[in-house]
Amino acid sequence: MSDTLTPEGNVTATASAAPAETRASRLRDFWSDYRRSPIAVLSLAVVVLLAALSFGAPLVAPQDPYDMAALDWLDAFLPPGTEGSGGYTHLLGTDNAGRDMLSAILYGLRTSFVIGLSAGALALMVGICVGLSAAYFGGRLESLLMRVVDLQLSMPAILLALVLVAMLGQGVGQIILALVVAQYAYFARTTHGAATVERGKDYIEAARSTPLPTRRVLFRHLLPNVLPPLIVVATVQVASAIALEATLSFLGVGLPLTEPSLGSLISNGFKYIHTDRTWLSIYPGIFLMITVVAINLVGDQVRHVLDPKNQR
Amino acid sequence: MLGYLIRRLAQAVVVVFAMSIIVFTGVYAIGNPIDVMIDPGATAEIREKLIAQYGLDQPLWRQYFTFLANVAQGDMGTSMVYNIPVVDLVFSRLPATLELVFVSVCIATFIGIPAGLYAGYRPDSVAAKLIMALSVLGFSVPTFWIGMLLIMTFAVNLGVLPSGGRGDVGSLLGIPTSLATLDGWSHVIMPALNLSLFKMGLMIRLTRAGMVEAMRTDYVKFARAQGLTDREIIFSHVLRNISIPIVTVFGLELGSTLAFAVVTESVFTWPGVGKLIIDSILQLDRPVMVTYLVLVVILFVLINLTVDLVYARLDPRVRLKGGS
Repeated sequence: MSDTLTPEGNVTATASAAPAETRASRLRDFWSDYRRSPIAVLSLAVVVLLAALSFGAPLVAPQDPYDMAALDWLDAFLPPGTEGSGGYTHLLGTDNAGRDMLSAILYGLRTSFVIGLSAGALALMVGICVGLSAAYFGGRLESLLMRVVDLQLSMPAILLALVLVAMLGQGVGQIILALVVAQYAYFARTTHGAATVERGKDYIEAARSTPLPTRRVLFRHLLPNVLPPLIVVATVQVASAIALEATLSFLGVGLPLTEPSLGSLISNGFKYIHTDRTWLSIYPGIFLMITVVAINLVGDQVRHVLDPKNQR
Repeated sequence: MLGYLIRRLAQAVVVVFAMSIIVFTGVYAIGNPIDVMIDPGATAEIREKLIAQYGLDQPLWRQYFTFLANVAQGDMGTSMVYNIPVVDLVFSRLPATLELVFVSVCIATFIGIPAGLYAGYRPDSVAAKLIMALSVLGFSVPTFWIGMLLIMTFAVNLGVLPSGGRGDVGSLLGIPTSLATLDGWSHVIMPALNLSLFKMGLMIRLTRAGMVEAMRTDYVKFARAQGLTDREIIFSHVLRNISIPIVTVFGLELGSTLAFAVVTESVFTWPGVGKLIIDSILQLDRPVMVTYLVLVVILFVLINLTVDLVYARLDPRVRLKGGS
């Protein structure tokens, strides 16, 4: 009796312990591969720092730049490093309304992160559903879905987002929706490509022969195996969503100047480009550039580490 | 090949029609152009008359069919802002955009491909790393911001180039273009460079990736064993083998360059169709929006079609698999 019990107990014990252990060790392996590139580690640190600063903006920033009562017209166009009427130094100067640029940039960066992350996450979900269903069910559904995706991919996201924002109107929600519609196709394409390869493998065949519901086979068996390439696409798409939002706001169809956004700040500074008030457009632009480039560099390294060709 | 061609053509026509319906419905959903167009002080009579004149009192499907019937006669409507036929308006702006795109694609190709080849040939050299860093910057930093930096540097600080506009327009082989005059070139070079950076980054990466892959293959080893020099191997073997993805991207990017011109043209106030579409979105000029979008759809469908056909020509497997 005890003979049969012991192995059974062992089996269950190892079965439940194994996934947690491999997950932790996989993460450790990933990190030890990732940190081989000092630039990628630095980029990751920059992204984390910027995210922390922007989400903590109400605590960190010297001023709430969108509280009209806190603004003083006498503080308008102070060059960087001048002390304003608030009694503190405007490190990056002030704009035409007397807004502290550093505060405005941090609040704007927060909007950028919120838009980039939510658009990225939603597009990821929609893309996964479209790509997985197409690959799993095949047939007419597959050719219809993938034709739409391909058509959308042949068009630049900026154009699609521009038209959608024009239709939906200005606002954070509208921009996120426009970006999701413009970007889900990248996820759908990647998911479909990876899932088509996986579908042909034996473990999916085995899972399908059990009475498991389709949903479970799709999301618990198929999905985890198509995730690695999606992580890479997600990083790149978050960066591109941030850049797209800034571009739309710069063109005047995104967020209005009353809402904090790096794009509208730069657009506002652009009006003064022929004067010597270059700090109005340079600094928000530098923050935008650093954010986007750092996220892209992180994505590059993640791609490099997850690429089977580079696996040890 | 003929069957393949016909099938692809038929698909293209269906796509254009479907997209025209989507575009028309979508643009119809944007605001009410009457509020923008008509002076709020106008009497109800004048309002009614104008609404009837533009056909805005009709149901959507009837407006669409009227639109189709007009398009069949070459009439895309009249701009509500400029009050001239949209076709004339768009075609008067198109040359400016085309010459901008042409110059920028040339810059991207003639700098991007050699740079990518070198970066793939000596992947560990300092120059290669520098090239790759620049390519990351090229396609991750937003275009409008680089454009602004260019203006600040070359127009405001150094004062060597004009900050916007198209400059003198001369005539080259009967086509009015600013590429015929020196002043025109000084105006086009900065926006063209700005527009080319994204594509250049892409070209560099693609060429490099292809080059790295190709240098490991057997045919390169055999060519080396044959005693060919690296130069001969690269230009007569490698370049031909990596040309397919480059041609594809080149074709597809031609279209996206036209779309990206929207941003560059706004930054440099370049009087092309990109500036026109932004202005018409901001001013709710529906006929211009519909025309521009339908033209863009047709353009993209044509580009996809051409790329597919070039593929089929270059690679027989494509036309056998997808063919008649």
